[in-house]
Amino acid sequence: MPGLSGRMSTVIKAKISKLLDRAEDPAETLEYSYQKQIELLQNVKKGIADVVTSKKRLQLQEQKLRDQVVKLDTQARQALAAGNEDLARVALERKNVAQTELQSLDSQVAQLEQQQQQMTESEQKLRAKIEQFRSKKEVIKAQYSAAEAQVRISEAATGVGEEMADVGLAMQRALDKTENMKARADAVQELEAAGTFEDLTALGSGDDDIDRQLKALSSTSEVDSELAKMKAELGTGSPTTVGELGAGNSPAAAPAEAEQAGPSQGQAP
Amino acid sequence: MIVRIATEGQYDIGDDDVPELNQLDNDAVAACEGGDGQHFHESFDRLLAFVREKGEPVGDDRLDASDVILPPPDVSFEEARAEFSGEGLIPG
Repeated sequence: MPGLSGRMSTVIKAKISKLLDRAEDPAETLEYSYQKQIELLQNVKKGIADVVTSKKRLQLQEQKLRDQVVKLDTQARQALAAGNEDLARVALERKNVAQTELQSLDSQVAQLEQQQQQMTESEQKLRAKIEQFRSKKEVIKAQYSAAEAQVRISEAATGVGEEMADVGLAMQRALDKTENMKARADAVQELEAAGTFEDLTALGSGDDDIDRQLKALSSTSEVDSELAKMKAELGTGSPTTVGELGAGNSPAAAPAEAEQAGPSQGQAP
Repeated sequence: MIVRIATEGQYDIGDDDVPELNQLDNDAVAACEGGDGQHFHESFDRLLAFVREKGEPVGDDRLDASDVILPPPDVSFEEARAEFSGEGLIPG
């Protein structure tokens, strides 16, 4: 059968015969492939652990982003309720970016989950085949002449060899994908470090500026001065200006003023 | 005939189903050679579906080598093309 399967078969079979060629008699074939089988099983286990680690890492990032989405949403609402549309817009823009990343992380976690399951199944299947191989070799040795036994054991070894090659392929593909996702996770972390998903509380000196501002807005006596402060802090209120503030160019006056207004109120709980 | 879907498992396909399997395989190859990625994935998916539907999964207690081995279900178009140009999916 030429075609896709034919080509694939040729490649895998070449690999198996390379694996088995080294042995000259059945006992050696058995010994050699059994050794290889155990090695492979250990590698599969390591591979599964690697996938699980990557999955956990992505899930942690997911949780962080999810929290940010909630926080930014709340802040946008509060800002809007307070009549600060520009601020609300910035919060929503960041929320949007975080949500997009969240979706992509979601699908990656799902993929890793699937890979973990597939590899676990592969491991079980290979384990079963290895056991089968071990018991079969004794039966073959007992039942057949040496020459016949050699042929039959080689056949069985080829069957196990194919399973091994296949598990090896599955594992390699899973790990390649995991590598890609690690790179992706790193990229998300870089975005995070750059402040892309930072909630607006990071606009100030590290205190919860927005919370502080919103609190102040709600206490009527402070409304006017706080609004003025907020406007000053936010400049024109354009996203880029706010972005710069988030990057650390925040006004020096704001924290000092806030501290005077009452540190206990300003601190995050 | 024993067909393996790489990374998935082996299926036993009855002789009666082999001609159709061959036809589906040829379709996938033609799509691949024609450079049509979407057509390739469609025909390859049909091929896999056929094997899963018509084939009997081979038990873990059997140690038979496959007659043919299909690429993994998640094979990319680029990988399938490389398969034909001789790079191969299996490294080493």
